[in-house]
Amino acid sequence: MRRTRHFQRLGITGRGLVVMLPYFWLLLFFVVPFLIVLKISFADIDLAIPPYTPLIEWIGKNTLAIKINFSNYAFLFTDSLYLNALLNSVKVAFVSTVFCLLIGYPMAYGIARAAPSTRNILLLLVILPFWTSLLLRVYAWIGLLKANGVINNVLMSLDIIHEPLTMLYTPFAMYVGIVYSYLPFMILPLYANLEKMDWQLLEAAEDLGCRPWQAFYKITLPLSRNGILAGSMLVFIPAVGEFVIPALLGGPNALMIGRILWDEFFSNRAWPVASAVAILLLIILVPFMMWYQSVQARESAGAK
Amino acid sequence: MSTPLSTPAATAPGVATATVKPAPWKDPAARPYVQIDRVTKSFGEFKAVDDVSLKIYKGEIFCLLGASGCGKTTLLRMLGGFELPTSGRIFIDGEDMTGVPPYERPVNMMFQSYALFPHMTVEQNVAFGLKQDRVARSEITERVATMLDLVKLGSFARRKPHQLSGGQRQRVALARALVKRPKLLLLDEPLGALDKKLREHTQFELISLQDKLGVTFVVVTHDQEEAMTLASRIGVMNHGEIVQAGTPTEIYEFPSSKFVADFVGSVNIFEGKLVEDEPEYVRIASEEMGGTIYVSHGISAAPEAVVWAAVRPEKIFMSTAPPEGTDNVVRGAVQDIAYLGDLSIYLVRLPTGKVVRITQPNTSRHAEAITWDQQVYLSWDPSSPVVVTR
Repeated sequence: MRRTRHFQRLGITGRGLVVMLPYFWLLLFFVVPFLIVLKISFADIDLAIPPYTPLIEWIGKNTLAIKINFSNYAFLFTDSLYLNALLNSVKVAFVSTVFCLLIGYPMAYGIARAAPSTRNILLLLVILPFWTSLLLRVYAWIGLLKANGVINNVLMSLDIIHEPLTMLYTPFAMYVGIVYSYLPFMILPLYANLEKMDWQLLEAAEDLGCRPWQAFYKITLPLSRNGILAGSMLVFIPAVGEFVIPALLGGPNALMIGRILWDEFFSNRAWPVASAVAILLLIILVPFMMWYQSVQARESAGAK
Repeated sequence: MSTPLSTPAATAPGVATATVKPAPWKDPAARPYVQIDRVTKSFGEFKAVDDVSLKIYKGEIFCLLGASGCGKTTLLRMLGGFELPTSGRIFIDGEDMTGVPPYERPVNMMFQSYALFPHMTVEQNVAFGLKQDRVARSEITERVATMLDLVKLGSFARRKPHQLSGGQRQRVALARALVKRPKLLLLDEPLGALDKKLREHTQFELISLQDKLGVTFVVVTHDQEEAMTLASRIGVMNHGEIVQAGTPTEIYEFPSSKFVADFVGSVNIFEGKLVEDEPEYVRIASEEMGGTIYVSHGISAAPEAVVWAAVRPEKIFMSTAPPEGTDNVVRGAVQDIAYLGDLSIYLVRLPTGKVVRITQPNTSRHAEAITWDQQVYLSWDPSSPVVVTR
């Protein structure tokens, strides 16, 4: 009792603590690491542990030197590799998102309109792949796509093709891997949105003269906009920085920013350059997230 | 259409059909506007609508009345094209509409949930059907504005549905369905979501709107009071069948079965045996009542048959002094009284154990009150009971 009062005098209430918790979480696991990366991106490469020069240094004679090095960023713009990788990543993420949407929307729609008893089974099937590691699932795709893999063997035994198709280590394999891995992230928010849909609206639209596809285009699609946005963001943002799938399936030409980051960090031990790449990636993604946030906020302020 | 029903007296519900022209359902030459011909709808083993035939005439407000699950909504949805009949045909204005999809029917529906499009304004909602029909833009604007004024929502055109009250939403739904000038408007529990005062008010608005536009209405409701107020005719449904169709007066005063008598309004039903069966009168001995019932008209039933005499609560007189005669008189003790202001409901227990319901208008402020446990005599006019054989 007394202790509560003590906290209250300090301006700390139970409600305040609850609200503070997520902020504390963000501070610890987002803001602090971000600041560390930001710091490293302004440092210089060094043969030391860790392999970069300190930002703030005591150089004697009562002098504290702060050395901010912009050359890492400048370097990113002098070598076209980085910008190309960045643009390519955005392109790959965008195309993957479009395919996820094209495949995921009918699936989410189908689940939402299925009978309640089968709905849960279908949802489970969507989530089921998460029960094994991503790495295993990507390796499984190697087994399917390689020259003497399952797909080629089946096609050849059926006499559809006479020599194996080159699928593995091509952009095709990379897209297959990304779309496959991120599909649940598209389906789940879309399902959550479509599940709340009042299907009588479609009957009303038909009653007013819409053919079924017109009713879908004019009613279902606009009303599921939020689900489309949420799913697209959940696919697009991580796909831009995707590293594992292009590395395993995409072959040497899959120039993705995540791959570059890995190479800079581990192969070249160029931590400052790698950090600069990471910051640049973040700067590119932030506008998307802010746009999404503002749409969401406007939507929740509009309709209850 | 030989007898278009345009006289307001004929369409006005609750008004006895004492017009110059005979009511179309009494006129064998009149052409039905909507004809439901032996329609059955089965869901698996279950027959939601069972061999229903019905003729509805132009300008009518036809109410399908029944408890939930009686098939009235299924029948309405078949008129709208949302369900296909398992067998039978539906004609609207002479055209076979049985297999025509909803978007090609000259029929519009007002849904129970209103089903307003949440991402569109009131104006866009109402204009939706016209845009779909590719009506010219200037005409759309004009017709939407006229319709919104008609339902008194002119100043709400730019609002979204969630910014409206329940009554306003109901009117948007009505405007959206009516703006397409359908041949037939289907209303599924149109007033179900409104509170009592608003409901009463809206009932009369609905009638005057229907009168103004001349659109034929088919209304589904479980509320018998709503059906009585709105309808030119009522079709009482039970277990997928229409058990009786007729004007509100016919349904109330001349029910054809125990079910209809009991479902529409409240009623006291006495089981008895036909002891005297003459063309001008019948006499029924009822053990349940503990006396004899004399009815001043003949009925068609076998002698000694078991029949039921139904007496409405407002047609029973209650007195402390014994009335004259021995028929249609019974004695009992007041078991319960409900004072409702305009009228009072008395529950009187007869010596046989049967409880009889009586309603009396409170015409005087200082009436000598009948109280609990008091012995009273109940009696009624020989013309009051309705005798039904099933």
